[in-house]
Amino acid sequence: MSGGGPVAAERIRLVVNGEPHELAVAPHALLLDVLRDQLDLKGAKRSCDTQVCGACTVLVDGLAVSACTYLAVEADGRAVLTVEGLAEGDRLHPIQQAFVDHGAVQCGFCTAGMLLTAKALLDEEPAPSREDVLHHLRGNLCRCTGYRKIVEAILAAARGRR
Amino acid sequence: MLRPFTLHRPRTAAEACELLARLGDDAAPYAGGTELLLLMKEGLVRPRHLVDVKRLPGLDAIGDDGSRLVIGATVTHRAVERSALVKTRCPVMAAVARHVANVRVRNVGTVGGNLAFADPHSDLATLFLTLDAGVELISPRGRRELPLADFVRGPWETVREPDELLVSVKLTPWPGRAAAAYVKFGVYERPTLGIALALLLEDGGARVADARIAIGCVNPRPARVPDAEARLRGCAVADLEDVSGAVAELAAASADPADDLHGSADYKREMVAVFTRRALRAAAARARGVEPVARYAYAVVA
Repeated sequence: MSGGGPVAAERIRLVVNGEPHELAVAPHALLLDVLRDQLDLKGAKRSCDTQVCGACTVLVDGLAVSACTYLAVEADGRAVLTVEGLAEGDRLHPIQQAFVDHGAVQCGFCTAGMLLTAKALLDEEPAPSREDVLHHLRGNLCRCTGYRKIVEAILAAARGRR
Repeated sequence: MLRPFTLHRPRTAAEACELLARLGDDAAPYAGGTELLLLMKEGLVRPRHLVDVKRLPGLDAIGDDGSRLVIGATVTHRAVERSALVKTRCPVMAAVARHVANVRVRNVGTVGGNLAFADPHSDLATLFLTLDAGVELISPRGRRELPLADFVRGPWETVREPDELLVSVKLTPWPGRAAAAYVKFGVYERPTLGIALALLLEDGGARVADARIAIGCVNPRPARVPDAEARLRGCAVADLEDVSGAVAELAAASADPADDLHGSADYKREMVAVFTRRALRAAAARARGVEPVARYAYAVVA
């Protein structure tokens, strides 16, 4: 999209989980709906719909965003990572593996958001303190309240990377 | 779900102002969308046009105009948190930015959006009042700058005209030796209470030459507390603990809270006293060159 005029429907080019896509999206389409309905990627969840809970967290150019409150057109020219893009084939991403090893999953509804938030943190800060992890996860809610194991898993994944 | 709207992406500030002038109340400036899109989902505001201001050149810059720290309107909270200039000139501001909402909001939410939205449960405006903030607005009619205290009229209400664009906020951290703290409290996503406090020091750091205190979230709009500031002027740093009760009482007496989900008016007034004391204690520790270590439940000391 170029120029300064009004926008009706727009073609956007984006890379999702390493795969290029060209999509037609309305300006008011939310990234979460485009991912779930147009690309059939159901990992990101709609939950609070107000940027509080983190269940819809995806990474856009490496930054964690709430896909529920992010216009799809903003992803034009950018790379989006969802939980479906973490594993390489059958091999889980090290953060995913750490979640499995530490039993950091209960009902699973928050897990995709937790994993992506953790990835954004570790990409930026490979050796976080427990305090760093707690601070970074503050906006990701687990209603099973399984936080302790999630934090342990993320710290273990960080240790494993070094 | 969002209702349909037309998205405009002007390339210049002049073009953005022209659009805002032409579309009037049908349009809303749009940057991070962290507040606007939520209200649009609820149908509480229904602009038919959004004017994206993120591509306007220069608005995403943090600079120094010689005396003041200038934060462009589309600078994100994350950029403030990481800015070397902010960390040097105004460390408390970088610390406050680190604790705004959550990391997803900080990645896209902007300083200008936060101020222009004037959500009373916000950190920035309260802190900025202790930095003598001025906001810069442009419109097809020209440019004006006004104190932040005059810009925010009340909850979700500013004096911004429909054709005006907020382009920057200008802050004046004290140039000399100073100590500051911001303490916020609340169990919800948005703070229930925020106290910003700054001390300008003299006599080699032994005495308070000047003080600024602002309280936020409990009033319809954030406000300075001149009585409490006066009480601190001239006070020896060693005596700050002794005057903290009196300062806290003055802050609480100035508050104009309402009963709501965050608590009763009486409770909030009491919390203003409690957290003013704690903010003063944190700033006093910093005045002595010591990083405060006290931590309080459901509270952040920045």
